[in-house]
Amino acid sequence: MKRPTRPASGPSPHPVLRSLTRALPLTPATVLLLLFLAGPIAYCAYIAFTDLQLTGQAEDSFIGFENFRTAFGDEAFLNAVWLTLVFTVISALIGQNTLGLALAALMQRASKPVRTLVGGIVVTAWVLPEVVAGFLLYAFFRREGTLNAVLDWLHLPTQNWLYTLPILAVSFANVWRGTAFSMLVYSAALNEIPKEITEAAEVDGAGGWRRLWHITLPMIRRSIGTNLMLITLQTLSVFGLIWVMTRGGPSGKSQTLPLFMYEEAFQKSMIGYGTAVALLLLVVGSLFSVIYLRLLRTEV
Amino acid sequence: MATHTRTPASRRTVRHRLAADVGLLVVAATFVLPLAWVLLSSVDPHANLTVKLPDGVTLDNFDAVLTPEITFTPLLNSLLLCGGGTALTVVCAALAAYPLSRFRSRLNRPFLLTILFATSLPITAIMVPVYALFVQVNLIDTMQGTIFFFAASQLPFAIWLMKNFMDGVPKELEEAAWTDGASPLQSLVRVVLPLMGPGVAVVTVFSFVMMWGNFFVPFMLLLTPEQMPAAVSINEFFGNRGTVIYGQLAAFSVIYSTPVILLYVGVARRLGGGFALGGAVKG
Repeated sequence: MKRPTRPASGPSPHPVLRSLTRALPLTPATVLLLLFLAGPIAYCAYIAFTDLQLTGQAEDSFIGFENFRTAFGDEAFLNAVWLTLVFTVISALIGQNTLGLALAALMQRASKPVRTLVGGIVVTAWVLPEVVAGFLLYAFFRREGTLNAVLDWLHLPTQNWLYTLPILAVSFANVWRGTAFSMLVYSAALNEIPKEITEAAEVDGAGGWRRLWHITLPMIRRSIGTNLMLITLQTLSVFGLIWVMTRGGPSGKSQTLPLFMYEEAFQKSMIGYGTAVALLLLVVGSLFSVIYLRLLRTEV
Repeated sequence: MATHTRTPASRRTVRHRLAADVGLLVVAATFVLPLAWVLLSSVDPHANLTVKLPDGVTLDNFDAVLTPEITFTPLLNSLLLCGGGTALTVVCAALAAYPLSRFRSRLNRPFLLTILFATSLPITAIMVPVYALFVQVNLIDTMQGTIFFFAASQLPFAIWLMKNFMDGVPKELEEAAWTDGASPLQSLVRVVLPLMGPGVAVVTVFSFVMMWGNFFVPFMLLLTPEQMPAAVSINEFFGNRGTVIYGQLAAFSVIYSTPVILLYVGVARRLGGGFALGGAVKG
């Protein structure tokens, strides 16, 4: 008689043992995720309630909600919250989302060479390393940069963008860098709309805008939800782009929460305080993440 | 019908196409200016901050930055970090995706939901605690520590993508291997992974591109200049100098960006424009 095969290769008599063996390949990933992702998040939730500093302190102590109380009384923090909001709304919700949808819709109609060319250019901006994108847009917005040269050529007033309107400059930079993502998402969504539906509407005499409003947008609303969620989360955590372009300045005028967190934690050595800010950012991110999961609910 | 090419409807289509082309080209023109600046300045002996046709083409800028200090060491560091991180990510993701895709278990759904949740967490937010933690466990300023963190931060998305690709490989093919006495690990390596080659390529390239361009992670976790990858060194080198030689900055940017653009093009071609992002963001 044949001996029972190894549990790894055949049905084992013991269901518990079998599930354990089957789950074995999950171990390396799970260990990495627990140690290097869940661990830091838990640690984050702990040190946000301490007065941990980088230097000049023998021991950190538990101070409860003090960091959060400080934050909400701190003008620099409130300024960072406001700027993060402005940055997210202008660059993600309005800029990337609308431009991405417009590009995808135009691409449905455009000729193939133009589609390929434009898609290639927009995607290149997306694939470029963060720091390189930062340098390119820094050069673009500087007083002696390309934008002012173009405005000058058009006889429009020029100004020192990175000094007068830094948050606008970094928002446009984020639109430049991030629009490709929305464009790809919406292109995929629009391709899935059956041609007959739009054609039928056209025959019924619905004009372009009405078709967009009554047919296209309702049919891709799940993609819109997903896209808004993801680009909001990506935009909330932008650091390198702003850091390279403005360092958050001048005098905090482009300092979003990630840059504020960095400055408090490292330039002012207040790790506990910086982490409290990080925790707030994580909580906001988690809320968006939960909404995202609900949008995808049926998919898993 | 098809022979009548000058019907009003088809004329309208042509007009629409023309309008769409013009609209796209206008947007593309604004997108292309910063890209044109870096390309033109890199070969311009007198590059400044404005996009302009170079007054004479030169490779001096490239010559000047192709030194161990500016280019070779940082790029080698990038290669080590991102290569190591990507290898770790892909191996762990492939292993993890297998039971999730092949066996039914009560744990699958919670695991996948957690993964999906983690996919969209703002990783930037945890860099300060990660720094504090790495100081405590002596992983700060080490290549391996940074590689581990890179892999962990990329894993949720990689597992999710990998699982979706694996679902596309029919189970019957494996069952044949099982009857021949192959273990699940053997059938994963010999049957499933080869069949989902393009999927593995996408996960690999995507992880690599993400890590290659990432600034904040190595900026926080590495301290010694000799270990810095290009993402950080370029900023230190050009960001902290009094006068920036823009031609050289542009040349370095071109050298540093080219590998990821080529990798991306390679994968995007093979899988068609929409790319595998659909796996994560379809809705």
